[in-house]
Amino acid sequence: MMTLKVNGREHQVDADPDTPLLYVLRDDIKLNAAKFGCGLGQCGSCAVIVDGTAVLSCVTPMILLEGKQVTTLEGLGSVSEPAPIQRAFIEEQAAQCGYCIPGMMMRAQALLLKNSKPTDAEIRAALEQHLCRCGTHMRILRAVRRAARLMETADAAATTNRSAQ
Amino acid sequence: MNASLILDRRRVLAGGGALIVSFSLTSAFAQDQAPAAMPPPKPPGSLAATAYLDSWIRIDADGSITVFTGKAELGQGFRTAFQQIAAEELDLPFESLKVITADTKLTPNEGYTAGSRSMQDSGTAIKNAAAQVRELLVAEAAKRLDLPAENLRTENGAVISPDGRRLSYGELVAADMLHVQAQPKSRLKDPATLKVMGQPVRRVDIPAKVTGGAAYVQDMRLPGMVHARVVRPPSYGAQLTECDSSAVEKLAGVVKVVRDGSFLAVVAEKEFQSIKAMNALSSAAKWKESANLPNQDDLLNVLTHLPSQDSTVFQRSDPSVSWGESIEATYTRPYQLHGSIGPSCAVAQLADDAMTVWTHTQGVYPDRQAIAEMLRMPPASVRLIHVEGSGCYGHNGADDAAADAALIARALPGRPVRVQWMREQEHAWEPFGPAMVTKLKASLDSNGKIADWHFDVWSNTHSMRPGGAGSMLAAQHMAQPFAVPAPRPLPLPEGGGDRNAIPIYTFPNAQVVHHFIPAMPLRISALRALGAYHNVFSIESFMDELAGLADVDPVEFRLKHLEDQRGRAVIEKAALGFGWKSGQKAPQDRGFGFAFARYKNLAAYCAVASEVEVNRETGRPRLVRAVAAVDSGQVVNPDGLINQIEGAIVQSMSWTLYESVTFDDTRITSIDWQTYPILRFNAVPDSIEVHIIDRPGQPFLGSGETGQGPAAASIANAIANATGKRLRNLPLTRKRIKEAIDA
Repeated sequence: MMTLKVNGREHQVDADPDTPLLYVLRDDIKLNAAKFGCGLGQCGSCAVIVDGTAVLSCVTPMILLEGKQVTTLEGLGSVSEPAPIQRAFIEEQAAQCGYCIPGMMMRAQALLLKNSKPTDAEIRAALEQHLCRCGTHMRILRAVRRAARLMETADAAATTNRSAQ
Repeated sequence: MNASLILDRRRVLAGGGALIVSFSLTSAFAQDQAPAAMPPPKPPGSLAATAYLDSWIRIDADGSITVFTGKAELGQGFRTAFQQIAAEELDLPFESLKVITADTKLTPNEGYTAGSRSMQDSGTAIKNAAAQVRELLVAEAAKRLDLPAENLRTENGAVISPDGRRLSYGELVAADMLHVQAQPKSRLKDPATLKVMGQPVRRVDIPAKVTGGAAYVQDMRLPGMVHARVVRPPSYGAQLTECDSSAVEKLAGVVKVVRDGSFLAVVAEKEFQSIKAMNALSSAAKWKESANLPNQDDLLNVLTHLPSQDSTVFQRSDPSVSWGESIEATYTRPYQLHGSIGPSCAVAQLADDAMTVWTHTQGVYPDRQAIAEMLRMPPASVRLIHVEGSGCYGHNGADDAAADAALIARALPGRPVRVQWMREQEHAWEPFGPAMVTKLKASLDSNGKIADWHFDVWSNTHSMRPGGAGSMLAAQHMAQPFAVPAPRPLPLPEGGGDRNAIPIYTFPNAQVVHHFIPAMPLRISALRALGAYHNVFSIESFMDELAGLADVDPVEFRLKHLEDQRGRAVIEKAALGFGWKSGQKAPQDRGFGFAFARYKNLAAYCAVASEVEVNRETGRPRLVRAVAAVDSGQVVNPDGLINQIEGAIVQSMSWTLYESVTFDDTRITSIDWQTYPILRFNAVPDSIEVHIIDRPGQPFLGSGETGQGPAAASIANAIANATGKRLRNLPLTRKRIKEAIDA
């Protein structure tokens, strides 16, 4: 039994220590967003954030995550209260089948946490490990740029609120 | 339409459905009537096969309204488009409707979701059914209010009288009221008054997909569900000779090993346990393989030397036209992958002698037939429910995974079984897009116009969909196997290997020959656009070669040979949007390209202009920008259409520049994303613009596949323009471009 902290909550997980995080998230914790795409670390569909950095959950054994904070797309927001990155993807209609999108979003979220105003080249470089087969790339790039603007606005609003208090 | 007549019809119907047709002729549509001796006209789209209105639209007494479609949402967004159509014709708020997609228990049988036919078949049916339901509701209100129907209007789910009395659809609907057959003609909304159709309504499925909602069959979790993995043979036709599974059966969580001939699978309580067990079982299995695959480096000769059934599919001659010297060119396409990002998956459960399969198949009804045959069960005891999967772009592993799940679930009655294919299984076992060869020959007249045109195409069929059980891997591998059905060429006008082989241009002398190859050295089936991808690539590349010979601008050259006015408009729109100018010169190391097609010569029109940069040192090509124009008839959701065309261009670019299935004499060797590289973000263009030519009131023209061919040829033409070298063998890789530059 191991304790895993996911989206701010602690979960007791009964799985072999070598079980990749992806299967713990999907099978034990019943989360949907991280997707199985290749199991080889080649496509990015399974990306989640661990302590602020995007990792490929399909090749990350659970044992390495003791004491770390795992964030999945579910932990960012919901349909009724979408996070800026989620709003941005909805507003840009940046999906066709959408299967690769959660991984893309987590990679983009990790980028924007470190670099709030990435250049187009920096966004492309960050997404380089991620594959999309529907050809939604143009919209994904637009959505990440939009998310950066939305997060900046949200930060500005938060700052304003704090200073008003 | 006169309200009392409609009510008469309902009374007639109550007495006997056979009298329905006699009422299809009303004064409003008199101009459309066929002569009395002719068979009555059929209602449009899929209404022709499934005529009862309540097969498409259900109104419950509480006012809730459900739309049914036999088509499967594959990520094209038509669930949203259908909802727009029904909301429009029924005068309902968009949000108030629910759309149920392909399910053999609930929805009409609309065959496959394929060939860009969803809007044309199902969209048209829903549009007409909704309009006719609205008329029935108005007629019922007219009766109750004792007012002429033409004085009534509909708004927000209710019929409203001039004095403001309001009867909701839920109040008006009565048992069996919608159980009437559709009429051949509907009183559709005036295109000028549309409110919901034509708007870029946001997709209904995207919010769940970007927040971790359960959106795919991969996300299903049924009570008591177990996880299965299949151990596939290492190569086509390999026989399982030995497999001691006793050690595997003792592994943690393992529920069962299922073996039936060369079909081998393992079931475990948890997903990763099933993967560990699969690996162990794979190590225990011994196979007898045979070396039957052709030489992948010589597909031109392989294909043109296999026995073929040849048919001349188009012939035109005008002996008065004379011509000079002719030019010839041969184009090839390799086997290519659908390459879904999520490998195929299905869930099945046998309960009370009935099998239920949740699947991302494109055809719940034909797949049900095939699974019932495999299990030797009556089709009525098998239910297939479509649940979205990862985008498929044609016939990928979906139907095979559904068959796997059904076969394993039969061995574990009561327990839902989830089968998830592994990456290497999808890469090696999905049915590929077939390799093709085209040989073209043409001559110009003294005015620089094409006088004579010859087009020969060699191809397998482009659909091995079920069909029978023998289409599916599980049924092929069983101890008592089902034979693979004999392949058939898909008939024109839509065609398969000869899809878009007949030129849309007008040439005085032309001949098109389809060399259909029955033998299939590699497992193949339908990949988005079928033969149109390679045929349009070939025709549109050759048009540029001929334009060069005639010393005429490529856009002007196409217009000189094209009579179709909508086609001309699309070409002109793309050229204008791109800034195409006769005599233009691209910047250093860049080239401009243009291409055009009307998908299947009967669906949407699409033209693509592109700018490509070629690194002369490495040969590496990069699509810098593309500008497309599309005419898909009346547009339901412009943003959805743009999304489809953008996607088609980007996907086709990946096929065209990078992709080919590899194999040795025995095994497929392209088994992951390193051995089968596709587009990555560093090669994504700077911009793609899509210009829509809307045609209000015109029929929907399928557009999901119209971009593949033009995008490929446009890029090839731009590379030729940049390098001065013509590449005719797909994919147009960095290496091939470099070799051409250095030659």
